[in-house]
Amino acid sequence: MENIKKVKVKVNGREIEVPENYTVLEAARAANVNIPTLCYLKDINEIGACRICLTEVTGARGMVAACVYPVADGMEIKTNTEKVRNARKLNLELVLSNHDMRCLSCSRSTTCELQTLCNEYGVQAGTFLNPNAKEEPHPIDDSSVSIIRDNNKCILCRRCVAACATLQDIGVIGPNDRGYDTHIGSAYEMKLADTACVNCGQCIVYCPTAALYERDDTQKVFDAISDPTKHVAICCAPSVRATLGESFGMAPGTDVEGKMVSAIRSLGFDAVYNMNLTADMTIVEEATELIDRIQNGGKLPMITSCSPGWIKYCEHYFPEFTENLSSCKSPQQMFGAIYKTYWAEKNNIDPKDIFFVSVIPCTAKKFEVGREDQSASGYPDVDVAITTRELASMITKTGIDFVNLEDEEFDTPFAMATGAAEIFGATGGVMEAALRTAAELILGGKFEKTDFEEVRGTTGIKHAIYKVGDLDVKVAVCSGTANAKKLLRAIEAGEDDSVFIEIMACPGGCVNGGGQPYQPAVVRNNVNLAAVRASVLYSADSDNELRKSHENPALKLIYDEYLGEFGSEKAHHILHTSYVKRGVYQNIK
Amino acid sequence: MKKQPTTVPFRGTAEQEQQLLSVIEKYRGIKGAMMPILQEAQGIYGYLPIEVLKIIAEKTDTPMEVIYGIVSFYSQFKLNYDGDITISICMGTACYVKGSADVLNEVASELGVEPGATSSDGRYSLDATRCIGACGLAPVMIINGTVYGRVKKEEVAGILAKYKE
Repeated sequence: MENIKKVKVKVNGREIEVPENYTVLEAARAANVNIPTLCYLKDINEIGACRICLTEVTGARGMVAACVYPVADGMEIKTNTEKVRNARKLNLELVLSNHDMRCLSCSRSTTCELQTLCNEYGVQAGTFLNPNAKEEPHPIDDSSVSIIRDNNKCILCRRCVAACATLQDIGVIGPNDRGYDTHIGSAYEMKLADTACVNCGQCIVYCPTAALYERDDTQKVFDAISDPTKHVAICCAPSVRATLGESFGMAPGTDVEGKMVSAIRSLGFDAVYNMNLTADMTIVEEATELIDRIQNGGKLPMITSCSPGWIKYCEHYFPEFTENLSSCKSPQQMFGAIYKTYWAEKNNIDPKDIFFVSVIPCTAKKFEVGREDQSASGYPDVDVAITTRELASMITKTGIDFVNLEDEEFDTPFAMATGAAEIFGATGGVMEAALRTAAELILGGKFEKTDFEEVRGTTGIKHAIYKVGDLDVKVAVCSGTANAKKLLRAIEAGEDDSVFIEIMACPGGCVNGGGQPYQPAVVRNNVNLAAVRASVLYSADSDNELRKSHENPALKLIYDEYLGEFGSEKAHHILHTSYVKRGVYQNIK
Repeated sequence: MKKQPTTVPFRGTAEQEQQLLSVIEKYRGIKGAMMPILQEAQGIYGYLPIEVLKIIAEKTDTPMEVIYGIVSFYSQFKLNYDGDITISICMGTACYVKGSADVLNEVASELGVEPGATSSDGRYSLDATRCIGACGLAPVMIINGTVYGRVKKEEVAGILAKYKE
């Protein structure tokens, strides 16, 4: 970085020095001047399409799109002129000319970036009457169990396309047709559910409006809570406690575990559990499976199976790797499975009367609950999966003053969890947790290392080798399906001989999942959200006296009373699953 | 105008597929080759249905939506095979003010074919074209190369009758 030349520019008359490869947008930001953007996403969508960032600079004929216009020495940048304010306002009014403007009933009201800008610029609705107002509204695509598209709210910024095609390297959505007819959709106007969409939901968190949102399953949960014949339990995924506060105006990186438990209890659930317990369970099962594969010539590398977005990605795009997937269910499914079998038997409750909910940072989990081979008790392991955002909306609807709640504890007997489980929500976390356990299972005793620093951090692909006894365990960790593609291609080409691989579909892991609270692009462009949120999990890990999954006493109790050994036949029946080879265009003959 | 996906079953042959594969091979490793591949593919099949894009998507490791975005953007690419009888109606300014939109709607309802589409039996295809330069004859309709000028909505059924059998 040090050899990048600096140039002098003036922002609204104030001179500053910035690197010569800066854009006008970045230079203004360095001078504490915020230039509004709608389409701009750093690195993945720098297309200058929305024209909201128009700014006056010397040497250009008209106004320039600040997000893509490079600075030059001596340039004067002006954002404080009437011309600039009017141009931005005009462009917002043009965007609104074919927007449905139903803000009152819109799920993104108050988190919508378009609405925010319109307020800031004093835009009048309906300045430009839509000449095609009599046209049929765009049909809403609600074919997917996870992601719903409403193009009546779409402003064609293409951020979802960038998330899907560039960030995730999937590309099942893109702009179709031309001119006024341009709309975002799939090839041949296929429904999203018919495409090889993996339901990761990154398109949702990058959408500035409500053109994309998750299927709202909160009413099903409210209905179950109101039903006196149902025992309604919920378990909370590791990363939800690290992000839920953001929905209530708290800063990213605030741990709200205690408030979350309290709020959920106030919603009327019969029991609130910690999914970290089954994260630990996933680890002991997965580590046992890994050792078995290494010692008995099983399929290697073994790849983790906690991320349902990754599972669907693998099934569609790399079906030949489905045998490499660990057969372990995800922690969510394990929890439901163990609850509707072990706990139900122990408490003499018919599993059909249990309504089991999970709250997760993930839209792909909504697909996972409906998968085959996920019904250990004969009933679906999990009835409904709601995202962090949906939980926040339930809390808001119930009038709970979240920020001022007293901390409460999870319900027993499923409250106990280790530090290893805490870090499941960050890329590298599952790997680190598994290594802590696998190393000790292999050695049959203590392993000197607890912190596996090499697999931490938000880098897309990480490699490490650990010496366990006389065994060299080569591992790889990757997050984001674009990185998964690179890694799997390297394995196919024989360039990577890792034996154990962790893959998560979302870049940075669950903390950056598709179901996490909305953060506007200005935050996403300037803060490493995944790292800030993950810091909550890593400090919870280091604060925990128990660091290794197999030392969890609640877990040991379940194995002693019910499952037997790690990886026993009964454990396999309840805690493991199977996969489908889907292919990409399987529905086209 | 939005392009209409075809309703005619795919009739591609193994020979056509072989030709397409060699076209894709010819352009392998060349950046920006999608346009010529699509042009040649349309030359082979006469249009670009999903079955053809599937082959191109798989062989070029490009998401089908990216290719479809190109196909639906450029007016040179067709999602429909030309029917045995192709009907074009001019939507240029002169024809339009003389009522060519009514003529177009009349033909569409008479034949049950959307503008931009081919009937499911593959017999008729209907297109709304830009100005064809015969403004003196507005509104103009062309059927298989025969030009019909000053067409009135009421005359449509009579003209089409000649092509129905």
